[in-house]
Amino acid sequence: MTIPAGSAPRGKLQRALKNHAFRWFCTLCAAVSVVVLAILLGSLLLQGWRHLDLEFIRNAPSRKPEKAGLGPAMWGSIWICAACALTALPIGAATAIFLEEYKPASPFIRKLHGFLQLNISNLAGVPSIVYGIIGLTAFVQMFGLVGNLNEPGFTVGTPDDWYYLQLPFGRGVLAGGLTLMLVILPIVIVSSQEALRAVPNSLREGALACGATKWQMVWRMTLPAAVPGIMTGAILAMSRAIGEAAPILVIAGIVFIRFTPQHLMDEFTAMPLQIYDWAGRPQDEFHRVAATGILVLLAVLLTFNASAVLIRQRFQKPLQ
Amino acid sequence: MTQMQSPLTADIALAASPRRVPRIDVSNVTSRSLSLLAEHRENASPSDDAETETAVRVRGFSSWYGDFQALHDITVDIPQRQVTALIGPSGCGKSTFLRWVNRMNDLVPSARASGTLDLHGMDVLAGTIDVVDLRRRVGMVFQKPNPFPKSIYDNVAFGPRLHLKIRKPVLDDLVERSLRRAALWDEVKDRLKDSALGLSGGQQQRLCIARAIAAGPEVLLMDEPCSALDPKSTARIEELIAELRDRYTIMIVTHNMQQAARVSDLTAFFFEGWLVESGSTEQIFTKPRNSQTEEYVSGRFG
Repeated sequence: MTIPAGSAPRGKLQRALKNHAFRWFCTLCAAVSVVVLAILLGSLLLQGWRHLDLEFIRNAPSRKPEKAGLGPAMWGSIWICAACALTALPIGAATAIFLEEYKPASPFIRKLHGFLQLNISNLAGVPSIVYGIIGLTAFVQMFGLVGNLNEPGFTVGTPDDWYYLQLPFGRGVLAGGLTLMLVILPIVIVSSQEALRAVPNSLREGALACGATKWQMVWRMTLPAAVPGIMTGAILAMSRAIGEAAPILVIAGIVFIRFTPQHLMDEFTAMPLQIYDWAGRPQDEFHRVAATGILVLLAVLLTFNASAVLIRQRFQKPLQ
Repeated sequence: MTQMQSPLTADIALAASPRRVPRIDVSNVTSRSLSLLAEHRENASPSDDAETETAVRVRGFSSWYGDFQALHDITVDIPQRQVTALIGPSGCGKSTFLRWVNRMNDLVPSARASGTLDLHGMDVLAGTIDVVDLRRRVGMVFQKPNPFPKSIYDNVAFGPRLHLKIRKPVLDDLVERSLRRAALWDEVKDRLKDSALGLSGGQQQRLCIARAIAAGPEVLLMDEPCSALDPKSTARIEELIAELRDRYTIMIVTHNMQQAARVSDLTAFFFEGWLVESGSTEQIFTKPRNSQTEEYVSGRFG
């Protein structure tokens, strides 16, 4: 190793400066997002704190801003997000397991596998309004195959029963939840795949070498080890789902709903729609009500995420 | 059913001292695997002389990864309840060979093999055998300790739980016995519920051995079990191997000549996919017939 002659040493000062400058640049960039978030939250609180009370959560929307409440919209959001999470998580995790753990050996099927993978990645980039339209045809109307909205082709119970079911689903909670499921499914699948890929192969080999079947390996080893990662993905996906307005708008429309949903076919409205409605009104007071609505939206979102974090921590414990 | 003494049931019978649990319900074990095991036992036990009995019989065995032939025409007998060391330079196929004995190579899509490889008369390479059952009979310890991210107890109980519906006190005994055999019990008995990842590297490897033992295997495969360990932990593992040789047929891949000489009864020297020479360890290390073997064991190449 010889250093070529004529190359002057870099200035010590210059290197130290650059080192510091880069560090400060990164700090600054990190600060930007935090500051923006703080300003946002601050202004929301400033505008919205006056309406923030139990009445606001309990009341139905009203023409008078001081009486307006978020009750039906909040419960509507909780219903559709629960329906969304309960369907998207198992389907997403199972798809990811199929894609990651059951890699086919034959070249032709491997190509199909790759094709599936490519399409799932592409779906993650499809605008959510498109899913709204798919949801409208597939869930709300069911392609017109089983009757129409006024005369459902198949029903269980009557609209007064809590277990009321009909086909097609109509503009109900279930259709909304399943549409949101379509929106977040690609995100859940891709992030679950990442989580499964992060599980070291030595664990899989260890489990198989103990005589585990593939199912036992996945269920007792790979999946528990991947749950923290899957939950992180679920948190991101749910954050997106709860804030989605576009697909819900297509499914439910802007409707005046006074009551919380009573069954899965009940019509509903969601918080983003209600907030959008308020924010669009001319009166200033309603803008403040919208700010309060956003605060409640964030609170519900944090509650959802907290439960995901709890699950994640339960599974992370043995790893520490 | 009751007189079928598969090693697994034997193990559990030992684990559950007869005073506490009078009889183990063998009906919990799948009757299929039991009958399989019984069959092999019968086939394998015409001779009472355990010294010469062959556990793994290999005839004209070749294996490929895609177009690359990793092993050429291997013929060797691995005797029961002895330690056989597989030595040779990196890439010579000894690990491949080891991973065929419990069919871990099934995980590699391009891997295939021909010839005969049988374990007590069971054709390991047959497509029809139950690999799950095979892997329970052939435990494996890997190069890098790979404890599961679970408690120490759950690590050892992993294998038994896969195969048996087993009551808690029986399982407790089995875990204790396995840990004792792996010379780890005294170090971990007060913290069985703690994470296995908190153990030192050497302890982790012994835990992996305990885990393999707990499933009740006949054969233990060890793929360079000490290469990630410090000399002191290595010494403990070697002591352990010496203790385990009375009960299990052990095949160990090692790059450490001294280790092979210390722990093994027989040694097989592989080179570029060929089995160059095999025989008693003493003979291989003192009077090798082949000049390549001599050069390798004396450290002149490899």
